[in-house]
Amino acid sequence: MALNPVIEAMVLKSMRNCPQAVAIGMEMVSMDEATATLRAPYKAELVGDPDTGVIAGGVVTTLLDHTCGQAVMAALRAPTPIATLDLRIDYMRAAEPGLDIHAQAHCYKLTHSVAFVRATAYDRDVADPVATAQAVFMITGAAGAPIPDTAPGDAA
Amino acid sequence: MSPSEQLAATLARIPYARFLGVRGELAGDEMTLIMPFSEHLIGNAHLPAIHGGVIGAFLEMTALAQLSIAQGLSRQPKPIDVTVEYLRSGRPVESYARAQIKRLGRRVANVRVEAWQEARSRPIAALHGHFHVTPG
Repeated sequence: MALNPVIEAMVLKSMRNCPQAVAIGMEMVSMDEATATLRAPYKAELVGDPDTGVIAGGVVTTLLDHTCGQAVMAALRAPTPIATLDLRIDYMRAAEPGLDIHAQAHCYKLTHSVAFVRATAYDRDVADPVATAQAVFMITGAAGAPIPDTAPGDAA
Repeated sequence: MSPSEQLAATLARIPYARFLGVRGELAGDEMTLIMPFSEHLIGNAHLPAIHGGVIGAFLEMTALAQLSIAQGLSRQPKPIDVTVEYLRSGRPVESYARAQIKRLGRRVANVRVEAWQEARSRPIAALHGHFHVTPG
């Protein structure tokens, strides 16, 4: 199921309002019920190893953290404040210089106060990951009003 | 080059270290990385708070820099895995981080890092991780 357009609009707005997401140049690729895919373009200013041109691990960390957060938003289906409690990243290989990095995250379990998320970062193929992540988020605030499945004005 | 100058030169060569605005200070073998606050580091504009990913990246950079000093490396160490524990929200002020190498083996180093802002006794985040090292 494609995501409710209201939630998608909310997530897009939250990305535009996130200075770090803007600075890295993160873009939304797709969102589904409890998943999100984001992209970070290859940029010379984000290189971590000047000898090889490989993007910094920290950029992958930020993209994974952000994508995990967006997957939680998609699963919550309402604007809710969340905070990262714990983030584990396994680095499988260096990203290929010159290629954009994608991250795909799935919020596979949601309780009243905690969200559990897994994510994969890749450049060419999701089956050949650059890094994988496991994250836990606290749902720190009360959920906003749930967003109806159909956006107002969609019915017609 | 003095160790302090070498640290400054290493950080200056890394584009991503410049992107974050990170600089280093060295007192003997005790290294502190400093990340001055800047608008583009913000993740949550409402609070405001520094992006969790940026804090993770800052901790990871501190581990890598500490390993570089310890080893006099010809090649940069590479992260294998890292776990970041978030303890407090990163406020829009200067942040500091120090790393401790728990074990430096021939191929793998175990490192712990803590970041703080106003008081070192109130860390905002901690990292432990494994890094590939190449003997220099």
